[in-house]
Amino acid sequence: MATLQVELVAVERMIWSGEASMVIARTTEGELGVLPGHAPLLGELAPGGVVTIRTTEGEDLVVAAHGGFLSVTDRGVSILAETAEIASEIDVERAREALRRAEGGDDAESLAAARRAQGRLRAAGQDA
Amino acid sequence: MAGNLRALRRRIRSTQSTKKIFSAQELIAGARIVRAQARVEASKPYAREITRVLSALAGSASLDHPLLTERENPRRAAVLVITSDRGFAGSYNVNVLRRTEELLSLLRQEGKEPLLYVVGRKGETYYSFRDRPMVDTFTGFSEQPSYPDAQRVGEELIAAFTAGLDDEGDGAGADGVLGVDELHIVYTEFRSLLAQVPVARRMAPLEVEEVEEFDYEREDREHGVTGGDTGVPTSYEFEPSPDALLDALLPKYVTTRIYAAMLEAAASESASRRRAMKSASDNAEELAKNLSRQANQIRQADITQEISEIVGGADALVAAGAGD
Repeated sequence: MATLQVELVAVERMIWSGEASMVIARTTEGELGVLPGHAPLLGELAPGGVVTIRTTEGEDLVVAAHGGFLSVTDRGVSILAETAEIASEIDVERAREALRRAEGGDDAESLAAARRAQGRLRAAGQDA
Repeated sequence: MAGNLRALRRRIRSTQSTKKIFSAQELIAGARIVRAQARVEASKPYAREITRVLSALAGSASLDHPLLTERENPRRAAVLVITSDRGFAGSYNVNVLRRTEELLSLLRQEGKEPLLYVVGRKGETYYSFRDRPMVDTFTGFSEQPSYPDAQRVGEELIAAFTAGLDDEGDGAGADGVLGVDELHIVYTEFRSLLAQVPVARRMAPLEVEEVEEFDYEREDREHGVTGGDTGVPTSYEFEPSPDALLDALLPKYVTTRIYAAMLEAAASESASRRRAMKSASDNAEELAKNLSRQANQIRQADITQEISEIVGGADALVAAGAGD
């Protein structure tokens, strides 16, 4: 079976790389699923977005990716993000705390922080 | 003579204790280089991918984005200088600052007014001591820069650059803010543990050739990808439109380059510091050796003199006894 070569890179380090059977992401235009053989595509991920990578073992790897891009080429998928966290590594309490703090302000920075926190909570399977 | 000896011994002791400080600094810097190099490596996949995405976009989007177009009659140029927060790093800061001066005089010759943005306390002190105006300074992270630090710097520079878009001559344009027409960066490139070279680069307007020249085949060889289709895929789908993507991507690209420059500078700083501290501790050891040699000579001369005084005294006593 054809697989996708997926690379998930954040600015400071490579987060995950491996084989996957499907990638689900939300761009600024809408939700999108990528299967092997997808046409080349470049998309901007929605702020506070959640990316799901279905690995070849059938596991779902849920990632909170903020401020990123999705690039699909014939050799695979790369997800570029300013910050990215794998769901299992997300500290729910801290994300909630960050969301509470960010909701206090109304400038662009707190809005971005709130989006980031929401994305992390969503990725962790919590209500945001 | 005895006083001299005491002074020498005091100097030996103080040289030895400074030597301890130097070698501790050397060890710390050595550990930091390893970490800094690891961070440079860790940031490379992202830089590689963003360059790849950008070169794919460059083929499709219209390339009249403000960050890509050369401005007619550029009047002001922002220069970002990356120095260290702490000293004890040999010629590291001097070299960067000298390279900066070269760039500044070149810019002035071209009729552009340079505006300084300084990272690192050492650069800040250098310019404030000379009463040179700085637009902004960023300090406190030169040894371990994080991406949010680079973002802060990047956002400010890009804002200044965008504000410069509508300036007319020396007057602020419609937005009432006097911006800049070019962005330059001066930092120290980390070539190897022994060679760190200060370099000046222009960040904006970006040169598109740079993106197009991106060597896929070499990249592929380095990453073990084989196979025929290494070229840029020709037909991409874009979500949202290519122009909107470019709008979002270019500032990030600039920030990534600033971040990469900061990481390299941090590695260079530690390498420089380690080298400086190594030679300082070697010198201290040399000095302590010479001083103890001198001290020993004096001690021996003292003993010899004492013996000859005793012998002389005894001889005199014998001579006096024989005369009786």
